[in-house]
Amino acid sequence: MLKKNHDYRIRIAKRIAKELTAGMVVNLGVGIPTLIPDFLDPNQGVFLQSENGILGMGPTPADEEIDMDCISASKHPVTLDLGASIFSSSDSFAMIRGGHIDVAVLGALQVSEKGEIANWAVPGKDILGVGGAMDLVPGAKKIIIAITHLTKDHSPKLVKELTYPSSGIRSAEMIVTEKAVFSIKDGVMVLEEIAEDTSLEEIMATTEARFQIAENLKYMHV
Amino acid sequence: MTMHSITSSKLKTPEEAIDLIQDGDTLLVGGFGLCGTPLTLIDAIAMQTKAMNLTVISNNLGEAGKGLGKLLRTGHIKKAVGSYFTSNRDAVKAWKNGELEIELIPQGTLAEAIRAGGAGIAGFYIKTGVGTELAKGKEERIFNGERYILIEGITAKVALIKAWKADTLGNLIYSKSARNFNPMMATAAELVIAEVDEIVPVGELDPERIVTPHNYIDVIVESRYEKSGGIYVEKKS
Repeated sequence: MLKKNHDYRIRIAKRIAKELTAGMVVNLGVGIPTLIPDFLDPNQGVFLQSENGILGMGPTPADEEIDMDCISASKHPVTLDLGASIFSSSDSFAMIRGGHIDVAVLGALQVSEKGEIANWAVPGKDILGVGGAMDLVPGAKKIIIAITHLTKDHSPKLVKELTYPSSGIRSAEMIVTEKAVFSIKDGVMVLEEIAEDTSLEEIMATTEARFQIAENLKYMHV
Repeated sequence: MTMHSITSSKLKTPEEAIDLIQDGDTLLVGGFGLCGTPLTLIDAIAMQTKAMNLTVISNNLGEAGKGLGKLLRTGHIKKAVGSYFTSNRDAVKAWKNGELEIELIPQGTLAEAIRAGGAGIAGFYIKTGVGTELAKGKEERIFNGERYILIEGITAKVALIKAWKADTLGNLIYSKSARNFNPMMATAAELVIAEVDEIVPVGELDPERIVTPHNYIDVIVESRYEKSGGIYVEKKS
């Protein structure tokens, strides 16, 4: 089961990597999004922004080149790509809040059928961390949600209305799970792609959110 | 006063610097996790008992037993204000046991509130958090048809920051992502104490590279840590 879950996460990361194109400034949130750099071609021309103050974040360094003054938002050592720049946390969030990030890829606990995101707190559990998730929600030009289709106990994560605390009123534009890709336009969720190892019936049975089916529904290729 | 007496007056030992902190003070402490954290100043706080009951404003409380996490174990912290405490299991435990108050602020809101505080701006309106539990009780206003909430600027009695190099006047430059919250915090407290890896003569830092000008800095302390294999370890001497 764990192996399968890991494969699902890889599939989601690979599919989202294909959405990121040359010249885009992209912020990757915690969770599944942190897997995406492994599937970006170095020549893909994507600039990774890290909210602790880096534009042009590069891959993990070799052990002998680790510098703990240079870390990602997940607090792992990283390198600086050619053309990278360093700035303070307030400048970094001015960049995020001010609409200068093309795409934010965020993990989530739930997404509503209108695209509202819950990604910082679980009801009934202690709320002791929010980090930068709430800043990215209203700030990024486009939000892609990377999420497994079901919870560990097989409940849908794509729901009619959030039962987890909201991360803000702004909606995501795209949702990628291991089973499907959805878009959200004008508050309507549309099934755009389905994975080859699932079926429309299975997606309907495992998705609580109401969605339309795109006229040109495609298979999800990674 | 001569240039020499100005330039030497800010240099203090960690213990002399920490002696300026009073019981119950509010401290801004720089760093993101353990990156860009004034480890030497934190050690010096841990070793004294005059200044207890501290309110600490920092993105995190370090890690369990490390960085600010050390002061949680020594019982110096009464309240923590920041964005992410889940990564320090001691903080979670202390909060559950009622030994630690926590105020949660989104990371970007925290950064901007400190910047505003240091820039003489009492408050500002942002979209972050609108419609969430963290906006409860905050004034809301519509600008250009969109909802914003009012956030007040943050200042504190003391700021403890970490930079890479200082000249003896107190001009600072930072190292990579260890910059994070430090430049804002340097502007937002009555007393600003900077821990640095290296102190150099005036004139050695390129004016174009200086991030924090010297007038923000009251005290300069040389770090008792050094990098070994890219990781900060205590100096041997």
